[in-house]
Amino acid sequence: MSGVELPAKQPGLLWRAWAFMLELWDVLIRPSSVFGLGVLVLAGFVAGVIFWGGFNTALEVTNTEKFCTSCHEMRDNVFVELKSTIHFTNRSGVRASCPDCHVPHNWTDKIARKMQASQEVWGKLFGSINTREKFLDKRLELALHEWARFKANDSLECRNCHSADSMDITKQSPRASVAHQRFLFTGEKTCIDCHKGIAHHLPDMHGVPGWQ
Amino acid sequence: MIRKTAILLLVAAIAAGTGTLAAQTLNSGLRGPTPLNDEGPAAPMTPMRNTSEKEVRNYPEQPPVIPHSIDGYQIDLQSNKCLSCHARSRTAESQAPMISITHFMDRDGQFLASISPRRFFCTECHVPQNVVGPPVSNDFVDIDTMLSRTAPGGRR
Repeated sequence: MSGVELPAKQPGLLWRAWAFMLELWDVLIRPSSVFGLGVLVLAGFVAGVIFWGGFNTALEVTNTEKFCTSCHEMRDNVFVELKSTIHFTNRSGVRASCPDCHVPHNWTDKIARKMQASQEVWGKLFGSINTREKFLDKRLELALHEWARFKANDSLECRNCHSADSMDITKQSPRASVAHQRFLFTGEKTCIDCHKGIAHHLPDMHGVPGWQ
Repeated sequence: MIRKTAILLLVAAIAAGTGTLAAQTLNSGLRGPTPLNDEGPAAPMTPMRNTSEKEVRNYPEQPPVIPHSIDGYQIDLQSNKCLSCHARSRTAESQAPMISITHFMDRDGQFLASISPRRFFCTECHVPQNVVGPPVSNDFVDIDTMLSRTAPGGRR
């Protein structure tokens, strides 16, 4: 630690930070002379439970329809559109809410998506879609992101409920059963290739493959 | 005196007229027996005919009806869901009938590369069908039946 005691000039900020880190490291690796090992282990365990529980609770809070629609950007645009679709009300009363389709259910993927969503917090803070006009202007870009995500994970969020294996094509309309046999069961296409715009209105589709 | 009688008669006539009107239950096929000044219960919704099989046209100019459900299909400035199967370039994959070539014509009879804007909104003419009996009977006969009536030995 000779660098810290140099008398010639005031050490730089970076150097002081490094010195602090070294000192902290010294404290951390030195055995405790006050607390017993059992106390430390138990305290660490309890702190871990509290931290993990708190983290997961916070994560789940951000994973609800109520949270999503607490912002007017979602409530006044996409949520309104969802309300008239079969994913919101239907004969059997099963509802797919926002995170069912837009957040992966598997933990690792969920965390990855949540980290990505920090960009959406940025968008919220700086109001990138805070008016209807701005939202409509950006709608194609936002939709392209979601379509790319569904395409990349083989429409995983659709398949969380709609499994090709448990699909009874004899109960489907002739048109649907033919299309599913030709494109879905062969793996040629994935759900999102044909079922764009089933839960929200479509953006300007000019130039999107398969659309006019 | 004559005037008074006339007025009395007129009042009686009007009272009788309104009475019968109110009591009358016009039983038209569409309204049902609900009185004219009441709003009857809504008829239950019937399922869409969803056979995907072509239906016969009643006359050659009839826009073909849509033999499948079109719930939630978006047709607006942004997109046209119908065209994602029925457009010329899409018919190989979808095996759906191509939109008629007449729909490529603009108002001056010039053919455009794709569907003419005035034909863009499919459901202005083409409609899906519900599984329901005709609520009002009619005696429409198509042209073939009519022609065969006049032909010698034709069906009368």
